[in-house]
Amino acid sequence: MQQGRSHSSSRSRLCTVFMFTIGAVPALAEGPQATPSIFAPASTPAHEIYGLSIFVLLITGSIFAVVAGLLTYVIIRFRARGPDAEHEPPQIYGSTQVELAWTVIPVLIVVVLFLTTARIIFAIQDAPEPKSALEVTVIGHQFWWEFRYPKLNIVTANELHIPASTRDAPQPAYLHLLSADVDHSFWVPQLAGKTDLIPNHPNDMWLDPRQPGLYLGQCAQFCGIEHAKMLIRVYVDTPQQFKAWVKNQQQIGVEDSAAAAGRQVFETQACVNCHTVVGTPAHGTFGPDLTHLMSRATIGAGAAANTPENLRAWIHDPGTFKPGALMPAMQLTDQQVDEILAYLSTLH
Amino acid sequence: MADQTLPIPGSLRATPSRGAALLEWLHGWVVTVDHKKLGILYVVYAIFFLLVAGAEALAMRIQLAVPHNHFLGPETYNEFFTMHGTTMVFLVGMPILFGFANYLVPLMVGARDMAFPRLNAFSFWLTAFGGLLLYFSFVGGFGLYGMGAAPDVSWWAYAPLTAKAFSPGHNTDYWALSLIVMGFGTLGAAINTLATAFSMRCRGMTLFRMPLFVWLMVVTSGLTLITITPLTAAQIMLTIDRYLGGHFFDTQAGGSATVWMHFFWIFGHPEVYVLILPAFGIASEVIPVFSRKAIFGYPVMVAASVGIAFVSVTVWAHHMFTIGMTSVSNSFFVLSTMMVGIPTGIKIFNWIATMWGGKIRFATPMLFATAFLFQFLIAGLTGIMLSVAPWDWQLHNSYFVIAHFHYTLTGSFVFCIFAAIYYWYPKATGRMLSERLGKWHFWLFLIGFHITFDTMHFVGILGMPRSIYTYEADRGWNTLNMIISAGGLVQGIAVLVFAWNLIHSYLHGKVAGNDPWDAWTLEWSTPSPPPVYNFAADPVVRSRRPLWDIKHPNDPDWKYEQ
Repeated sequence: MQQGRSHSSSRSRLCTVFMFTIGAVPALAEGPQATPSIFAPASTPAHEIYGLSIFVLLITGSIFAVVAGLLTYVIIRFRARGPDAEHEPPQIYGSTQVELAWTVIPVLIVVVLFLTTARIIFAIQDAPEPKSALEVTVIGHQFWWEFRYPKLNIVTANELHIPASTRDAPQPAYLHLLSADVDHSFWVPQLAGKTDLIPNHPNDMWLDPRQPGLYLGQCAQFCGIEHAKMLIRVYVDTPQQFKAWVKNQQQIGVEDSAAAAGRQVFETQACVNCHTVVGTPAHGTFGPDLTHLMSRATIGAGAAANTPENLRAWIHDPGTFKPGALMPAMQLTDQQVDEILAYLSTLH
Repeated sequence: MADQTLPIPGSLRATPSRGAALLEWLHGWVVTVDHKKLGILYVVYAIFFLLVAGAEALAMRIQLAVPHNHFLGPETYNEFFTMHGTTMVFLVGMPILFGFANYLVPLMVGARDMAFPRLNAFSFWLTAFGGLLLYFSFVGGFGLYGMGAAPDVSWWAYAPLTAKAFSPGHNTDYWALSLIVMGFGTLGAAINTLATAFSMRCRGMTLFRMPLFVWLMVVTSGLTLITITPLTAAQIMLTIDRYLGGHFFDTQAGGSATVWMHFFWIFGHPEVYVLILPAFGIASEVIPVFSRKAIFGYPVMVAASVGIAFVSVTVWAHHMFTIGMTSVSNSFFVLSTMMVGIPTGIKIFNWIATMWGGKIRFATPMLFATAFLFQFLIAGLTGIMLSVAPWDWQLHNSYFVIAHFHYTLTGSFVFCIFAAIYYWYPKATGRMLSERLGKWHFWLFLIGFHITFDTMHFVGILGMPRSIYTYEADRGWNTLNMIISAGGLVQGIAVLVFAWNLIHSYLHGKVAGNDPWDAWTLEWSTPSPPPVYNFAADPVVRSRRPLWDIKHPNDPDWKYEQ
């Protein structure tokens, strides 16, 4: 793995030059970006794919230059000119030598491409899981993500927190991918290629980002009406941030007497059938765990920012942001919505 | 015969009233078993649905032109992209290729009709009514969101999204049933094409003297028999799941989502070649005639086509690199997919060699065929990129894939179809299509195509997945999406120019004569349009270019062909 990484970085310098010449790519910045470009890798699997992709681009680019050049030459050189349309050009029916040449060369190219590709497939897919790895179970739902940290006893949704991995203390995140309903696909382009979440067919993938920050992605397998709003946010934390986040997530909901009315509404309405708030009677598992809702930046799997106004609109009718979301509009009165909002605001 | 029902203007015979004449004319088209009329029916049907599915695409592009747009809701968008894909493959691509096969294969092999004329009519009407069944869902389908629900599970319809639990109502059933119906129509057409090419050839036309177009139709038809079968089986299994308590794909009862994927792509990937091989056939007719040279390396072209067909049935799981196959399986499908590039590359080189040393006339058919060569080259190279499994883990289901397969299906298949229509329209109607409108059509479509689909590669690289009805404003995709949509509009205008050309030239076009392009295959020896019986006397051929032999008696092909 170490070797592969150094390979790809030297290759990526080569390709930076190449890419600028064809003007195809935005600036290759290290670290997280708002644009989830596959050409801004920030984790080993994404790096290795990037290096390979540049190699393939160079080969295919050369093929294109040669063949398109030939074709252009032929079009210009051999277009009919003048009035001698009466005379047909000499008829040539074929040539075995020429055919042989343009069969053998592509065969050689395929051999090279295949061997290079296979090396990276094995390097990424069969990389052994180190003992220090953080294990996360990712469960795809229509239309949100459930993240479970079995060893840390944490359940959260839509926003994955993992620690930055360093060269000295590598701590890759190993994701175990499951689905609760239909097919989904976990794709955060800067961190790794995508892997599908398929019911009855568990999959695995891994990430080891170096630069802390927020990495964006989204579901990449059509999964129903709100597939477009099944966004992923991966927070890569510094070790200290991650420790603090874990500590907070492991706490149970704090009893806040000011929000007692809201809690009462929450627990007597249908909310508890689908949502969990640890330490209360709410044990539903159909929707996202709300124990630490306020620690998340977005609601509705990224459909809206987690602000009081948005949360109120969401509780009133999730269709405001996400028509087709499986959470129904509960026909609550304005007062009930206010009380629930007050209660949810205490779930830090 | 049923065909001679058009009242002859100025005839002394008593003509029936206008209404009766119209009715008789219509009746003639409905009951016809003539391969030429059925061919035209297929093509007209396909062009109609090309306009419909094109309109769906434009509506999607309006929705995606800006982020968080409300032009189409998620329900409608999902219906439109499902229907756009399904329509373009099954109601445009397949019918138009079998339309051309119907019209041209008998003429090119010197036969008077297809081998099974009644099966031919049956196949067409199955296809036609299958398409109507699919589109009836917009009116009568009952889905998750009430009446008037078209299928909305995407055209690859992965299980278990199609299970009753996730797709209640009937819209998925419209999808499955109409594909079963159309599938049988397609199988009939494929069998008919094979039988015609194998047993109806005129005297002297050995297999290796068949025009390449006929060869490619033979390969396509064979591949159709292989691919439509698993698709039909899968649709029947899906219907059993939905109505008879089967559990093939029903994951909640232990079924397998991946089994559907295998069934679908063992159909779906060769299907791409079913569509592109006829395009190769068209290019192999148009390029020699407009370069004024015999096709370079005919036997190699035949071998490469058969080779592509064989390799293409071993590559299906390259659509499934992200589903978690083993590294060995992934490597196998990388290799098999890359191998398709070898015979395909050979074909491109042979076309270039055909043009080399020729006197190329850039009439509209040749313009489209030349653009096809460029675009197919790029489509092939992006195909190589996608075959690199690790890179595919990034590119799969992104707009890069959309760009790639539109390069093959629009940039290659549709461009060749346009070339074919400009090339053979004079034969079918007796009139030339307007060259002036044709040039407008070509350049507008070319420019619009590149604006749209070149840009899609980049937005895919920037991480935009397919099948989303809207996107976030901060992802850096806004400008690119606006450009893509603008290009779509230009293509729409080009297609309208084309439609106008078809109608206008039918009424006012220049009279074509038998052989307007100075071409070499048998269909050009008949009047335009050909009589019902095609050939007054059975033709006899001695080479691959019978009309060349007649035009150049001192220098005939049969002296030189290997």
